Amino acid sequence: MKRLANNDKLVSMQEAIANGVGDNCSVAIEGFTGFICFAAGHEIIRQRRRNLTLIRMTPDLIYDQMIAAGTASKLIFSYMGNPGVGSLYCIRRAVEKAIPCPLELEEYSHYGLVGRYAAGAARLPFFALRSYLGSDMLEANPLIKLIEDPYGTGKIAVVPPLNPDVAILHAQRADRKGNTQLWGLLGMQKEVAFASKHVIVVVEEVVEEATVRLDPNRTLIPGLIVNAVVHEPFGAHPSCIQGYYDRDNESYLAWDKLSQDHAAVLAWLDEWVYGLENRAAYVQKLKQGYFDKLKPEPLLAPPVDYGRYR
Amino acid sequence: MNEAAYTDSEMMIAVAARVLKGARTVFVGVGLPNIACNLARHTVAPDLELIYESGVYGARPERLPLSIGDPTLVSGATSVVSMADLFGLYLQRGLVEIALLGGAQIDRYGNLNTTVIGEYRKPKTRLPGSGGACEIAINAQRTFMIMRLKRRAFVDKLDFLTSPGHLTGGDSRARLGLPGGGPELVITDKAILNFANPQREMQLSELYPGVAVSDVQAEVGWPLRLAETIKETAAPTTEELHLIRDEVDPQGMYR
Repeated sequence: MKRLANNDKLVSMQEAIANGVGDNCSVAIEGFTGFICFAAGHEIIRQRRRNLTLIRMTPDLIYDQMIAAGTASKLIFSYMGNPGVGSLYCIRRAVEKAIPCPLELEEYSHYGLVGRYAAGAARLPFFALRSYLGSDMLEANPLIKLIEDPYGTGKIAVVPPLNPDVAILHAQRADRKGNTQLWGLLGMQKEVAFASKHVIVVVEEVVEEATVRLDPNRTLIPGLIVNAVVHEPFGAHPSCIQGYYDRDNESYLAWDKLSQDHAAVLAWLDEWVYGLENRAAYVQKLKQGYFDKLKPEPLLAPPVDYGRYR
Repeated sequence: MNEAAYTDSEMMIAVAARVLKGARTVFVGVGLPNIACNLARHTVAPDLELIYESGVYGARPERLPLSIGDPTLVSGATSVVSMADLFGLYLQRGLVEIALLGGAQIDRYGNLNTTVIGEYRKPKTRLPGSGGACEIAINAQRTFMIMRLKRRAFVDKLDFLTSPGHLTGGDSRARLGLPGGGPELVITDKAILNFANPQREMQLSELYPGVAVSDVQAEVGWPLRLAETIKETAAPTTEELHLIRDEVDPQGMYR
C-alpha cells in the first residue's frame, strides 16, 4: 500500500491508475446506476491494462466498454444489463463469442454480492443471507453455499468475503486526506471501500477538511482507508451524481444501438478514449454548455444543528 | 364500463394497480410496474410506499424514473439507505408486502428465469441475471408477476431457475423454509392467472374482454389448468385511462 507524504493524497487520474491498478488486479469501480466513475474506466483502457478481474454489481456501460477494449478476463457481477434500456452487447459478445477475448463470469444476486462486500469489509469469514434456497444459482456458482444454522433454524445461504485489490469510488466531495462525503443512492460504496486493499476516491469537488468536519454524518469513507483522491468534475458522465448532474439517458440509448457492432465500438473507443488525453479533454469535446441540460434544479435540505459542546 | 379504445399495456397497468388495493409497501421495478404503482397511489392504495432495490424507501418521484437508480427517486423520498440495509432491514426483515417481478421465462409453479436461455456454461442468450430478484422472490410476503403471454416465456421447463416460486408445487416452498408466501398472481396482456389450488399450479382465473381460453392456451407451453369459474376482467375505466395518460405516464413511454 503506497502512502503519500503530508497526508495529501490529491493526484491526477493518470497517476492514480498508474500507481493503483496493475495488470491481473481485481478492480471494483462501484456505484449503483449513479456515481459510476467512467473517467477511471477510460484511463484504465488508455493505460492498456490486461487480464483484470472486474467487479461490479451492475456492470453497466463502463464495463461493457472496458471488456470491449480487452482489459478483462473475468467479471464478478449480480445484474448485467443497460439499466432501464436493455442488454450489454459487448459483454454478451465476450461471453457468447469470445470477442475480443473469452470472459469468465462469476455471478451472484444483488444481496449476495452486497454480502460479499460486507463480509470483506468487516473481515468476516462469510455473510449469511436468506437467498438462493431453491435457485439454480447455487449450482452455477459453487462459492455460494448452504450451511446448517448452528442455532437450529435450518439451512441458510452463505457467501465468502470479497476483498478487491482496488476500489474506485466516485462521490460528491472529499478533502485532500480522502475523507469522503456522499449523498443520494449510497449503494454499496461504504462496504466496497472498507473491503478493498487500495482505495481511490474520485470527486466532483475537493473541499477543506473543516467542511467535512461540519457534517460528519455524511462522511461515508474516512481518509484512513483512502490511498488517492482524484478531482475529476463530470467524471461519472454519462451516469449521474445526485444534485450535480442527471444521468445522460441519450448516451445510454445511443450506446444500446452503437454497441451492437464491435467495429463501431472500437471506433468509439478510438474517438472518445484513446483519442483523448484525459477527462478534461472529454468534457471539452462535448459541446459547450452540454452539462447545462443535465443540471437539476436545486432542492436544498435545511441545515441541521450539530451543536457546539465546550 | 368505458368503451374507448385502450392498449394492452394500459389494461395491464390498470389491472396491476387494482391488485395493489390497500397495500402499504410494494417493491417496484421500472417500466410498467412503476406506472402501475403510481396509478395505485392515485386510486386504490393512497398510503402505498414504493421501495426500490437501489436503497429508496417511500419514493415520490416527480417524473417517471428511467431506471431503479434514477436520482428522481431520491429527492423527496422518506428514506434512502445503503443496499445492505435495504435488503437486510427492509426486505429480509419482512417489510415488503408485495413484490412485482417479471422474467424471460416462467413455469407452471411461478418459478422465474432471468439468467440464460440455453445451457448455463454455453448460453444461447445471456440474460441480465438475478439482480435482487432471487431474494425478493424468497422474502416478499406476496409476489405478483407482470409478463406478456408468449409461448417462449410460459415454458414447460425453465432453462435456469433464478428466482423460486412454488418450486415443484404443493408445499415444497414452505418445506424448504422460504419466508415469503410466493407467487399469487400472474398479470398478462390477455388474462390473469393465479395459484389458488393445493398444487400451487398456475391456473387461468380471469380473461380480458374479447379474449378466449384458446387464445391464452396458445401462448402457454403446457396444458393450462382452468379455475372453477373464469371471470371477465373489467376494462380500464375512463378515470384509470385519464390518470395513466395525463398523470402517471404523460409521455406515453411504456404504452
